[in-house]
Amino acid sequence: MNYALEIKNLSKHYKKGFSLENVRFCLPSGCILGLIGENGAGKSTTIRLIMNAIQRDEGEISVLGTDSHSPEFTRVKQEVGVVLDEANFPEVLNVRQVNKVMQNIFTQWDEGMYFDYIQKFSLPEKKMFKKFSRGMKMKLSIAVALSHHPRLLLLDEATGGLDPIVRDEILDIFNEFTRQDDHSILMSSHIVSDLEKSCDYIAFLHKGKLLFCEEKDKLLETYGILHCTRDELEKLPRGVVQGGIRSSDYGGVEALVLRKQVPVGIKVDYAGIEEIMVHFVKGEHAE
Amino acid sequence: MEILISRVDSQPIYNQIYSQIKGHILSGRLQEGDVLPSIRALAKDLRISVITTKRAYDELEQEGFIYTVAGKGCFVAKKDTNRLRQENLKKLTELMKKVAALARLCGLTEHEIMEIYHNSTKEE
Repeated sequence: MNYALEIKNLSKHYKKGFSLENVRFCLPSGCILGLIGENGAGKSTTIRLIMNAIQRDEGEISVLGTDSHSPEFTRVKQEVGVVLDEANFPEVLNVRQVNKVMQNIFTQWDEGMYFDYIQKFSLPEKKMFKKFSRGMKMKLSIAVALSHHPRLLLLDEATGGLDPIVRDEILDIFNEFTRQDDHSILMSSHIVSDLEKSCDYIAFLHKGKLLFCEEKDKLLETYGILHCTRDELEKLPRGVVQGGIRSSDYGGVEALVLRKQVPVGIKVDYAGIEEIMVHFVKGEHAE
Repeated sequence: MEILISRVDSQPIYNQIYSQIKGHILSGRLQEGDVLPSIRALAKDLRISVITTKRAYDELEQEGFIYTVAGKGCFVAKKDTNRLRQENLKKLTELMKKVAALARLCGLTEHEIMEIYHNSTKEE
């Protein structure tokens, strides 16, 4: 299988305490991988490491088949579209000037495509970047990332700060992007529902460690939410309950369980990615 | 051909696709030799994962409803009457199980159930 992204034993240690440890996951070509995790879990660090914006301490990263430390990586970067959570363009430039700058950066820059997106996003062509709202900045950043014919998109909270309608439009554009089978996306987001629909894989980072990277369908199939009384919960076989338990005085308990190991006859509800994430993190806190 | 996906449905999405395409084939809306959308195109149209869609197709293929021609796509297979009968028998068994469960709840005897059955065939 072809991989758009291969990360092996990636580590990065910061003096101030945070460290990313032994992260490994792969993004098969043509797929969408959602990177989830709390604030400070290491999502942005991972994305920065992929683009070599910061130096890794250990491990291997291969982007579109090329090691990110090899000299050829500069060429590969032309084929990667990046949207970071903070869009940073020179403050005094307007949309047209950004076009001129990008023409000289990307060999495959597509002016027509860029202005199509500008129109689609109804961005003003003559307004200075610093006067843009957060949503407008994000949109410009997305337009730039898409307009040089990338094969891989790295999106770090790219839909953050956007209203639901624009978010939906942009998710649609990302979705269209992967219609071609050599186009892949790695996207991180807190808005798990954004990821839940279209992602093929979910990677879950927690405190700098990878808790899992799994096919989304498999996750949804493996886990379920069980609502029951505390007594009933205690009668369950060991190992069925995963992660933390949410309990209340009258509402009984709510637990994340392995569907297959729950005795027949007990009803297990659907667990979304968000529930899985919350319960996993809660379990960690309880320990 | 339309496929409607419900996200609140307890049925997994791949299963929804599977049963709807199967339904289209059984009802004759999809005929032998008809071409199905490619996995990727369908996934993107429905805005769902490619893997999910692939799984639905895999299952349809395993059960002989569709077949794949490498490089050309997926097609509806010839309707197998024997298989159809099997399918319907399977459905019937499922329904019977429900009947049995309900009957037990009401404390019906076999004789009474048969009576209801005869009455319902007369109505038709």
